[in-house]
Amino acid sequence: MPGEAQLLQGTLDLLILKAVSLGRLHGYGILLRIGQISGQALLVEQGALYPALFRLVRQGLLKASWGTSENNRRAKFYELTATGRSRLRAETAGWNRLATAIASVLAAQPGEA
Amino acid sequence: MLGRLRSLMARFAPGDRLEHELDEELRAHVALRADDLERTGLTRPEAERRARIEFGGHLKFKEEARASAGGVFWETVVQDLRFASRMLRKSRSFTGVAVFTLALTIGANAVVFAALNAFILRPLNVPRAESLYSIHRAKGNSANQSYPDYLDLRDRNRSFEDIAGYDIMEAGLEAGDEPSRTWALAVTGNYFDALGIQPFRGRFFHASDEHGPDSVPYIVLSHACWHARFHDDPGVVGRVVRVNKQPFTVLGVAPQGFNGTLLFFGPDFFVPIVDKHQLWGSKEMEQRNQRGMLFMIFGHLKPGVTPKQAAADLDAISVALEKAYPSEHQHLPLKLERPSLYGEFLGGPMRAFLTGLMLLSTLILLAACANLGSLFAARAADRSRELALRLALGAGRGRVLRQLFTEAVLVSLLGGALGLAGSIVLLRWLASWQPFPRFPLNLPLNPDATVAVAALLLAVASGLLFGAVPVRQVLRTDPYAVIKSGPTSGVGRRLSVRDVLLVAQIAICALLVTSSFVAVRGLVRSLHSPYGFEPSGRMLASAELEMAGYRGETLLPMQRRMVDAMGTIPGVRAVGTTDCVPLSQGDVPGTYVFQQETTDLKRANAVALPLQMVISPDYFRAAGVRLLLGRAFSWHDDKDAPQVAVVNQELARQLFGSEARALGGIFKQRDGTPTQVVGIVEDGKYENLTESTQPALYLPVMQTPASMTWVVVDSDLPPVDVAAAMRLRLRELDPGLPAFIQSWTGAMGLSLFPSRVAAVALGVLGAIAALLSLTGVFGLAAYAVSRRLKELGIRIALGATKREILQATLSRPFRLLALGSAAGLVLGVLASTVLSAVVYQATPRDPLVLAGVVVVMLLVGLLATWIPAQRALSADPLALLREE
Repeated sequence: MPGEAQLLQGTLDLLILKAVSLGRLHGYGILLRIGQISGQALLVEQGALYPALFRLVRQGLLKASWGTSENNRRAKFYELTATGRSRLRAETAGWNRLATAIASVLAAQPGEA
Repeated sequence: MLGRLRSLMARFAPGDRLEHELDEELRAHVALRADDLERTGLTRPEAERRARIEFGGHLKFKEEARASAGGVFWETVVQDLRFASRMLRKSRSFTGVAVFTLALTIGANAVVFAALNAFILRPLNVPRAESLYSIHRAKGNSANQSYPDYLDLRDRNRSFEDIAGYDIMEAGLEAGDEPSRTWALAVTGNYFDALGIQPFRGRFFHASDEHGPDSVPYIVLSHACWHARFHDDPGVVGRVVRVNKQPFTVLGVAPQGFNGTLLFFGPDFFVPIVDKHQLWGSKEMEQRNQRGMLFMIFGHLKPGVTPKQAAADLDAISVALEKAYPSEHQHLPLKLERPSLYGEFLGGPMRAFLTGLMLLSTLILLAACANLGSLFAARAADRSRELALRLALGAGRGRVLRQLFTEAVLVSLLGGALGLAGSIVLLRWLASWQPFPRFPLNLPLNPDATVAVAALLLAVASGLLFGAVPVRQVLRTDPYAVIKSGPTSGVGRRLSVRDVLLVAQIAICALLVTSSFVAVRGLVRSLHSPYGFEPSGRMLASAELEMAGYRGETLLPMQRRMVDAMGTIPGVRAVGTTDCVPLSQGDVPGTYVFQQETTDLKRANAVALPLQMVISPDYFRAAGVRLLLGRAFSWHDDKDAPQVAVVNQELARQLFGSEARALGGIFKQRDGTPTQVVGIVEDGKYENLTESTQPALYLPVMQTPASMTWVVVDSDLPPVDVAAAMRLRLRELDPGLPAFIQSWTGAMGLSLFPSRVAAVALGVLGAIAALLSLTGVFGLAAYAVSRRLKELGIRIALGATKREILQATLSRPFRLLALGSAAGLVLGVLASTVLSAVVYQATPRDPLVLAGVVVVMLLVGLLATWIPAQRALSADPLALLREE
């Protein structure tokens, strides 16, 4: 698919945390939200999502509860816990540092070093 | 059973609830996606179908999601177990073979381990067994001490908390009924206190109860005797019983499981040794000589004292005693050992033999694992389609392996449980086994928790071991290739792991077959070796005359009456008596003799230390001992005649240099009595079959009174008839005389016992090993044939001869068989050096043994390849081609 970026290892968790931080979501909703905010550039494989969600719940970063979707279907909704929120902050900062570093490396011109 | 297991597991894991939620969540996901798709204009069914396809491998995600949720370990185990039991039920014959093999080998291991545990590993059943040592001579291991020497060692040492001792005696015990023959431990007064044993009932006697000879009219019953002869009577304490006709009061009952400090032996009661004179007419109380009256002395070391220091301490006392009593005490260096197996005397060979046996049975288990590993690998190959399918559907390789391991361990646990159950039955039987009517054998073989744990550990370990064999195969499986084309084929030409396993297994089998042949041959030879007497056709009646009230002057007339009475049995050729029958009871009492010129009669000056037997005139004829020179005794060699003796060849040489010079020669007995040698008889075996030639001295019972009387009867009649006639004659003589009648060969059972046990144990292990290599070779041959059946069919069609076909298929199994057998034979020859310590005349340098091993291994090969060979020969090219 053109314009689709490969997900880096370990970034899926960060994307999920970010998506959920914008509001309580069910699994399918998380997929849609990630696609939407990345301008369809990042597409998460549908089935890969659930292992990641379970892992995050087990780590205590997300909490899950059953609820009803906008079109009246029973679904499980996820939201951030306090630890999840601080983890998101830390990871975002880390990611930004990394991205800046990589960007500056890639922007380097011959003779600059 | 599984149901119950599952409900148990449910308590550990959220299991089903989690599963349910996961399903529901995934369903919701698909439904939500379908809603979206429906909105783009698809029909509902089409939208749902699309959503499901998009979602992809449902199972795999579930699996992964479950794993990330954690806490599902038990759930997986239960699932695996359920699946494994289903798979095993599906292939019953496979499961049956595997479980049977394991049951056999793990059972054998459990039995051998129980023996090792009972005799070598487990400390004696007394408090603080780790500091309990018995005192032995450094040379020859003997542990007996005279009573005065014991008292000096006990009172003058600074290393032991206390030293106690005992002697083993036979006694007639009357508890209101007929006297029955029992075994007693005559023990020093401090015996129970030195060991730290508490009474089960009543009380024990103490050192403070002893006030000189015959001062303590008490006995203590062993728990087993209280149970068997007194029917657990709670009021037994205080009861008066008669021991050798003397009244004694039952003071207490020893705790269950306490049978003295000597394994193998279970006494009926304990009696103070100071009563020995009263009970057995023993006059040894004051005698200080080397073959003393105490069978063994022992004690707890004081804390911080090492056995070496203690031995040095005792040696110093012994040296001092030699100075003080030069004619009675000779210093021989001492050492400390464990009392349970008479120090190294039994302990050394037992340890070597049982360790060897344990090693062999572990090897058998390894061979079985090799076998089962091949079986499991073959099964994994057969199931490669199923495994590939599971891999393709998204099961992780780890998960598949875990499933295979679960199957292996389930099989091994089943086999282990079955083997353990079998071994428990066998051990229970062995523990109550009484092969010797006259000797109370006590084998503490009752299986305990250690044995059960060991068996289960072995089971799990072997399950993991043979379960690991197919691992590489599974890891290499390429699911798509397998599903497309069926199991990958390709006959490995190089030596595979399987071949190595098989060779090792055959080597173990050959080793065991060699050892058991060596043992059996040794046993057979020892049954027909020259003993220096002829036990076959001889019956023995033994009676302790003092036990029946005969003393001093009345002893000899009674013995003569016994001989005469036996002589009247029709068909009896000769009758004689002796106070000690060779090869029937262990020790033959020893003495020492001097040259005629010796005047200083101290032990160090003795010219020889012969065994001494006191016999009646016709003993040599009755026992079949060949008289080489001179004459036997006659009834005229009595108190008024000059002292005479008959010696064996060895003693003749030691006394006079040669047999010819010995005849008519005069020597001095221990008490200085000059004695003339009137006859010389052949050498023989006296105490055990493995001893080297010992000097022996025969004295006439007319000149040296003896209470213990063995009547030897030589006849042509069937043993049962002679025994009945002998019993009748003895009852006519004295109905109150407790006598025991048996055949001499039967009485020799004790001497041959170690050889027999070794032969049987090795034989059983050898048979198991042979069975295993039979199935192993069979497996290999059958596999080779089935792999090449098509090729063989074509070759037959092209005109190959039977020989060529057989050569093509069976040369490999036979080469492996030959290789393994040769290795095993060499190992077996090496291992037989250990055997020779246990089995008399065990030598592998015996053409019959070597030939026997080769024949057995060939038979194994022929039997194992028979069916595959038939199959190879009957390969029908047409049928095979049609199958394609």
